[in-house]
Order: sequence, then C-alpha cells, then structure tokens
Amino acid sequence: MAQTTTPTDKVVESEKKQTFEWIAFLQKFGVFLFLILLIIFFATQNPRFLSIRNLFNILTDVSIYGIMGVGMTLVILTAGVDLSVGAILALCAMCGAAAIKGTGATRSETPDPHKFGGFSWLIALLICVALGTLAGFIQGKVSTKFRIPPFIVTLGGMTVWRGATLLIGAGSPISGFDDGYNWWGSGSLLGVPVPVVVFLFAAVVGYIALRYTPYGRHVYAAGGNPEAARLNGLRVDRILTSVYAIMGLLAGLAGFIQSARLSSAEATAGLGFELTVIASVVIGGTSLMGGIGGIAGTVVGTLLIGVLLNGLVIMNVNPYYQQIIIGGIIVLAVGFDTYAKSHRGRQ
Amino acid sequence: MSDPLLLKVSNVGKRFPGVVALDNVSLSVTRGEVHALLGENGAGKSTLLKILAGAQYQDSGTIEFDGKPLGHELPHERQQLGIVTVYQEFTVIPNLSVAENIFIGREPRRGTFLSWPTMLREAKKVAEKLDLRVEPLTPVYALSVAEQQMVEIARALTMNAKLIILDEPTAALSDREVQKLHQIVRDLKAQGISIIYVTHRLGEVKQICDRFTVLRDGKYAGEAEVANTNIDQIVRMMVGRNVEFMPGEHHEGAEVIARLDGITRLKRLPGSQAVPLRGMSLEIRKGEILGLAGLVGAGRTELVRALFGADLFERGKIYFEGHEVTMNSPNEAIKLGMALVPEDRKQQGLFLRHSIRLNMTLPSLAKLLVGRFFIDRRKENALIDNFRKALRIRMAHQEIVVGTLSGGNQQKVILARCMALKPKVLIVDEPTRGIDIGAKAEVHQLLRELARNGTAVVVVSSELPEVISLCDRIITVKEGRITGEMPALEATEEKLMKLMVLAPGEQHVHVEATRSPT
Repeated sequence: MAQTTTPTDKVVESEKKQTFEWIAFLQKFGVFLFLILLIIFFATQNPRFLSIRNLFNILTDVSIYGIMGVGMTLVILTAGVDLSVGAILALCAMCGAAAIKGTGATRSETPDPHKFGGFSWLIALLICVALGTLAGFIQGKVSTKFRIPPFIVTLGGMTVWRGATLLIGAGSPISGFDDGYNWWGSGSLLGVPVPVVVFLFAAVVGYIALRYTPYGRHVYAAGGNPEAARLNGLRVDRILTSVYAIMGLLAGLAGFIQSARLSSAEATAGLGFELTVIASVVIGGTSLMGGIGGIAGTVVGTLLIGVLLNGLVIMNVNPYYQQIIIGGIIVLAVGFDTYAKSHRGRQ
Repeated sequence: MSDPLLLKVSNVGKRFPGVVALDNVSLSVTRGEVHALLGENGAGKSTLLKILAGAQYQDSGTIEFDGKPLGHELPHERQQLGIVTVYQEFTVIPNLSVAENIFIGREPRRGTFLSWPTMLREAKKVAEKLDLRVEPLTPVYALSVAEQQMVEIARALTMNAKLIILDEPTAALSDREVQKLHQIVRDLKAQGISIIYVTHRLGEVKQICDRFTVLRDGKYAGEAEVANTNIDQIVRMMVGRNVEFMPGEHHEGAEVIARLDGITRLKRLPGSQAVPLRGMSLEIRKGEILGLAGLVGAGRTELVRALFGADLFERGKIYFEGHEVTMNSPNEAIKLGMALVPEDRKQQGLFLRHSIRLNMTLPSLAKLLVGRFFIDRRKENALIDNFRKALRIRMAHQEIVVGTLSGGNQQKVILARCMALKPKVLIVDEPTRGIDIGAKAEVHQLLRELARNGTAVVVVSSELPEVISLCDRIITVKEGRITGEMPALEATEEKLMKLMVLAPGEQHVHVEATRSPT
C-alpha cells in the first residue's frame, strides 16, 4: 500500500482541530458567559435579584417556554420550525379542562375534588399530551407527505388550533380546578416548584436522547444533510414527522402546566409564545439551517430570556423599554454567534 | 508585450495560526502558456490560488502581474486587472440564465436599466467562441456540469482575462468533455491568454501544458518543461518518493449475487437531470469488481442509484441472492446488504459540519447499542479506531469536523462507513474523484481487498485507466443503454471509448471505419 503520511499532514489536521475547538468553546459558552454577566449586573443593581425565592421565580416563569424549547430544539435541528406551539398549548389545555369540567351549559362552576376518583388532573394531563402529540403528528405528516414547508403548515396550524380552541371554550375560559390539578402549577417537590421540575426533567430527557441514542443522531443527520441521511438508510420523513409529534407532546404538556398555574384554561393562552421559544433556541446556538446545536444551549437561552424579563422588572424599567431591550439582546446574541462562525471562516 | 513574464510570484509565505501553509513559494507564468500547478491535496495549491485571486494575502514575498507589483486588491479588483479564477466548486447561480450568470455584477446597462439586447448578443458571441450550444436565456440549473463550467469560462473571457486559473477543471467531466475543454484551453492559449491549470490527472499535463510547477508540503518542489519530463518524474516530485501502482490483478467473479433485468425509467425525476434508463440488464457477481464505464450523462449513476433504491424506476426487476426484491428506498437496500459511496461526496455523502464519529457510524448504530436505547460509546470508538488504522485515515480524533479533512480522508471516512455495514454488494460511484495520487492507490487497494474477501464491488468511474486497472469486468453504458461488456484483461481505452460513444446499432458497422482517426 502506498505510503502518504508526511509530518505536516498531522500538524495541519491537529492545528485545525485546536482552532476549531477554541471557537466552538466560545460559541458554546459565549451565551453562557453573557448570562453570567447579566446575572452579576442585575445582582449589583438589586440584591433581591439573587434571593432563592427570586431565582425560583425566574425558573418558574420560563418553565413553560423551556418545556417547549426542548421540542423546538429538535424541530430546528431538522432545519424546520413550528409556529403553532402557542396555539397547540391553548387547545390542549382547553380540551383537558373541558373534559373534566364540561363545556357550555354542562360546565360545572366549582371544582369537584372527588370527580374521577380525585384523578381529574391525570385525565386532563393525558388528554393534553395525547392531543398535542396528535396535532404535531398531523402537521409533520402533512409537511412531509405533501412537501409543504413546515413554516407554512404550522402557520396554518397556528390559526386552525386557535380557532378550534375558541370553538371548544365557546369564547370563555374554563377556570377553577381542584387542588390535585393546581399542584402541577403552584405546588413544589422537595422545595422546587413543580413546573421547574417538569422543565428540568424534559431537558434532561431531551439532552440524553439527542446525545446518546441513535434517534438523536438521526435528528442531527436529517437536519445536517437530508439527502445523505436518506442514502444512509434513514427514513427522513419519519424522523421529521416524529420531531413535530414530540414538539406537540411537549406543547400539550406545557399547556397542562400553564392551566394549572393559572387555574384556568383560556383561549388566548400561549399567544405569541412560539416566538419566545424559537428565540430561546436560537440564542442557545442552535442553527436555523439545521444540524447544529443542542438542548444545553436551549436551556441557557431560556434562562437568559427569564433573567432579562425578571431583572428588568426588578429594576423598574418601563415595560415598553423592556420589549425594546429584549429584542435588541436577541439580535445581539445571535449576531455574536454568527460573528464567531464567520471569524472561523476568515481564518 | 515586452516582458515575456506575465505573473511572477516570488518567495511567497503564508501562515495560519500554528501552520505554515506556504513557505517561500515561487511561480512564474509567461504570456500565452499553459502552466500546470501540481501537488497532493494539502500541498498548498488552494492557498496559493486564494492569494492570487485576492481572497487572502501573503505574509511575505511579492507578486508581480503584468509588470506591476500587486498589493492588497480585493477579488473584483484583481479580476479587473485580468486574473480570473474558475473554481472547482462553481460560482454560478442556478436559477439565473446563462447570460445573467456570464455578466453578473457587470451587467451591460442602458441608463438605469439592464440592456438585455446587449447582454444576449454578447453572451451568444462568447458562447459561440466556446462552442457552448445553449440559448443565453436557459437557466443554468438545466445545464450539464461541463456546460456550467463553460459558463464560468465565458464569464472569465468577457472580463478580458489575461490569466485564467482553472482549479481542477476536469474533475467532474467525462472524457469527451475533457477533450473539448482541452481544445478550448488551446484556443485561449492561441489568443495569448495564460492559463494556470490545477489538476490531479497527470495525463492531462502531458497533453496540454507547457510547463509545470510542483508544490509539496507548502514548499516549492520544482518546475520544468513538460516536454522534457515523464510522468514518473512528475509523480516523484509531487510525493517526494516513488509510488507503486498495484498492477491490475484480475479475478473472475463467482456466483451471481444480484441481477438487474430490464430496468427502465423514461419519466423525468422531479427536480433532477437524471438520464432516462432504457431497459438495462446486468449481473453482479461475488468477489469481482465490476466497472461501469460511460460518458457523464450516460446513465451509469442513475443505474446504480436505481439498484440502491435511491431513485425509483418504472419497469424492470431486481433479483438479490436469487429472489426478486422491491427496492423502494436506500433503507431497504442497506437491509438487504448493499452500501453506496455516492458520486458527490459533499452533497450526498458527508455531513460536512459534523464529526467523523457521526459520519462513520450513522447507518450501523443499531449494531452499537448498549441495552435497547443507548449508543455504546466504547463499541463505537473501537469501530472508528479499527477503521482509522485499517484505512489509514489521518485524523487527530473522532470528534473532528469531517469538512476539515482532505478529500482523500473524507472518501475513506465514507468507505469506512460502508464497510462497517459489511455489505455483500458495495457500489462506489467515482471512487477517486478529486483525491490525490497516494490516497487513490490506497482506495484501489482497499476495494481489491474487499473483492478478494467475497464482496461484490460495483465501480462507476469517468477515468478509463482507473476502470481498466481496477476492475475485473467492464460494462459500457451509453444514453441509458448497455452497449457492451468485456473482461478488463481484454479492455483498452480505445475499445471502451468506442462502445461509450457509438449507438448500439452503429458499433459493428463503424468500428472499422473509425479505427484510423483515433
């Protein structure tokens, strides 16, 4: 066999590796560093910011976004997007609530803790999760089967699910749940608020699935180069469909938690959430082109948004300014990410 | 025209953090010469080309062009000076027309508006010069690779280029298209335009180049007149040692493992330029290397893609190990025991932004599990390490992004991925396109070893010498039909070429007649 190793070959490739990892470090931890700086800044402005109570507040506030962010990470990794998550959240919560409390004339006004043997929350939870999965699955199937871009399918879905929610709720919210139901929103487990526990659980499961299972690899591959993935025997359409189904499942779960927090399912719940969720995923370094990114980044991106929202409120910043600042920071964070990448290219 | 030297690169150096890409490199090109720039991948050719194009600047040394020293001009300023590069990866914009592509950024105007009549007229003129027979309004995506390349060259011509740099122009062309390109290079030369010609095919250097400069490991390794040098000497300069090509040892295949019977597809595939298949039948045998020879666009790639389930076909049957099988997706093909190294490494083969790990083990993850759900990292690492050693893949570790490897190492990663599946039939489309001589020999060796161990290897290649030396049996393809078959021992380039260019009905009549001119 011909011998082609030369000393420089090794130098060149190991050097490439070092440069790359340095940039990768910045890309990976740049947003994280930004988050730390932000926390330090807010802590110096108001010592109350760092209290355990406030930190849990931040986490609880972002848990709904965070749960959906896990699913959105998968979706964006496949170079797709899901605009319907806010609407699916509302639809699921409304259907779950309607199932245990009835709709229209049959609606019971006061919660009955003994209905369904005290397990009304479980009925609602199962309905939320099943319905969300189904809605996501339909969108994924329509998109892959008829080759309609997910942006369009979920844009349509957003309106369809929202309309269905209004129909089922007949225009008014369903409020007042029993304590078992409300525990999922305002209770705590070992001192940690339940929504936070659910968020962290979803994040850990998502992280492990993406990093350590064939399914996770398949998601990266299908997003990185769909044609190559197909030629490697991956059933790309199935992978894409599954990603939207998982997204739907998590949106349903988020809907359940949200309704438990507010003790109310409303047709306007989750309005505009899709943008916050997409922002947190992208801030976390997941590429809109697909293939690159992960859950850890999304968690950091979600926390960043939470810290910003909370910190600005604590500093008594005018809410109008808050929106402007948050928008600016989002563009800044993504701009930084792009800068790091283009810098590598220029080397 | 007083100074015969057009380009003089003197002692140019370029460093990247920790790596010396170019060290004291010199290159001189005279007016109206075709100058070959040679070297293995990683020798520094690309860096030198980028510096000439103005995409990067040297750290030391000087470049003189047309009697004036070059400074830090931007790429488009260099083009205005007359240095135009035609890159291996084309820069045409697929959905714009031929005319728009030729004049992009320099559109002829009348006042504020585009002057379409001028643009079309000029485009037509330059197309005629290049023997490019397409309407100027045709969108570029509808052109073949060779025609797209002509569009790039046309663009260079309309810029009044004095020096055209062709970066591996023939890597994706069939032999006939290569001949045409060579003619155009000769024409350009006759017009006094200088050409820097980067290629891995040394035969071409003999055919069309006047002089050559060799780079090795970022250093100048020598230059000479082509006429006074033979190919062995050039190879020795490139690799700094003698490379032995394995003489073609040819085997006969044993039992038939797969049989294609009348594979036909006349309808166009959506969004692709796939050639129709008109009833193609052939047998693939265990332990042989079967070569499919043909011009680009003959249907070779389409045939193997149909066999692999990558494209569907309308009529015809595929038998695998004696049973008729339906082949609706690559997934099914892989389950049956096939593997494919696709034609286009970057578009179809690799996940360029991902690690060697992901690239190498993707289809075989199911065999690397611990429990039901999780990937066993230890098994996975062991597999990668085995192939790294067996295929001599030069990589620091498995997390390296595949896009940063050299072409040869990338190809080996894909081969490793296929071999990890332990395929019964391995289809390799263009096994050595764009990879350097050393890696080429290694890939050939590897394919022979696989065949010796009983794998049926199907090779599609546009390089006839490769087909003849590598394969045991050769089938020629033209316009979606099989036109001939012969053992490699009996094959010559001439015999194959005739089968590749003549229609099936014609060959018996015309073989005698065409012998003398070829």
